[in-house]
Amino acid sequence: MSITAKPISRVVDELSRLPGIGPKTAQRLTYFLLRSPSEQSEALAEAILELKRNVVLCTECFNITDRSPCEVCSNPERDASRICVVEEPLDVVALERTGQYKGMYHVLHGAISPIEGIGPEELKIRELLYRVQQGEVEEIILATNPNLEGDATAMYLTRLLQVPGLTVTRLARGLPVGGDLEYADEVTLSNALAGRSQI
Amino acid sequence: MTNQAAPRVYRTEALVLKGYDYGEADRILTLLTPHSGKMRAIAKGVRRTKSRMSGHLDLFTRSTLLIARGRQLDIVTQAETVENFRPMRGDLVRVSSAHYVAEILDEFSAENLPNYPLYALAIATLRQLGGDGDLDLTLRSFEMQSLAHTGYRPQLHRCLQCGTEIVPGQNRFSPKLGGILCPDCGMADSAAPPISVPALKLLRHLQTNPDGLRSLTSIPVVAKQEVEQRLQEYVTHRMEGRLRSVRFLEQVRADQS
Repeated sequence: MSITAKPISRVVDELSRLPGIGPKTAQRLTYFLLRSPSEQSEALAEAILELKRNVVLCTECFNITDRSPCEVCSNPERDASRICVVEEPLDVVALERTGQYKGMYHVLHGAISPIEGIGPEELKIRELLYRVQQGEVEEIILATNPNLEGDATAMYLTRLLQVPGLTVTRLARGLPVGGDLEYADEVTLSNALAGRSQI
Repeated sequence: MTNQAAPRVYRTEALVLKGYDYGEADRILTLLTPHSGKMRAIAKGVRRTKSRMSGHLDLFTRSTLLIARGRQLDIVTQAETVENFRPMRGDLVRVSSAHYVAEILDEFSAENLPNYPLYALAIATLRQLGGDGDLDLTLRSFEMQSLAHTGYRPQLHRCLQCGTEIVPGQNRFSPKLGGILCPDCGMADSAAPPISVPALKLLRHLQTNPDGLRSLTSIPVVAKQEVEQRLQEYVTHRMEGRLRSVRFLEQVRADQS
């Protein structure tokens, strides 16, 4: 017979399903909620419910949003002739933080990983091609991650995007700011050398 | 009696077969090592751009690793590239082929069971995938050698049922039984497809003389296709399921041709 009350073990079980949360952390969080004021738990429960009820995918760029088309896609001041293709919604957040990019986005929701059974059909690639076919796009910026899966996705997209008048570019790659040259791998160093610029 | 505890930190060479994101910036890697077989380890913070290890732990990179023993998973604490198979990385068909190779290695190798010949085969195959040799033959040779190194070497010279020497004729290749059935014993596996003489010759060549593939100047395309089909059926049967990476490999090859 379990000595833990049923409502407690239920919350522990549910919390331990979350990524990065083990049984001990789940227990700590549950007892924290138990001791905190009821309003706090209610606010959390309401926020989670709202998350599932009101969040949708933008029908244009497939970013996660609370209204479709999303804020970026419905902003007339953004440059609709450029689409930056990213793997995940959080990549859009990272790029927006730079304040340097004023074009549109397209979220693939993953990268091609044949060994995991993730092929082009599982990603929002057909939808990207549809956007390109509308004729307004002049540049596609491939901003997939600089690893083997991201590169394979970029290579695959480059093949598909051989359209007259369309420029396909890839984000520059090389050494990170604050990095240490001696720890860089050969591929990164070779790319940094190849992409060196005059100062 | 001496009671020697295992060292808390150890060094090994490893090939990164696959990995998946874990937590905020970590990755759990499946590694193939020369002396400990397949193993899993966690690389902490490796998804951050400033990580000192990320470039050394990308897929299909051969690296020297310093690993600390963990309670559930060992932790990669240092990594340095030995070989990154760069010529293979710039081409989609070659990269897809490498995924196919990695999937077979992952399925065919057991955790903590040393298999040095399989490791050496993996390294040699990834090198060949970046070379100018016939890509299809490289993959067929890999399939045949990996089967041999994991105890599934198909019998190609004697009938599996009656043991008589196989001569040119209406022979069959049985993935279920693991080799050739002579015309008299074909009914032992009624689902076994017939195998042509050129295809059987190529299979034997792949099994006995993989290094001599370059000397084969003209192999009929039909025989190559037949061998590909038979070997994939055999591998699939041994794995009890279709390889996930085949679909994408077939797709990019079709797009290319």
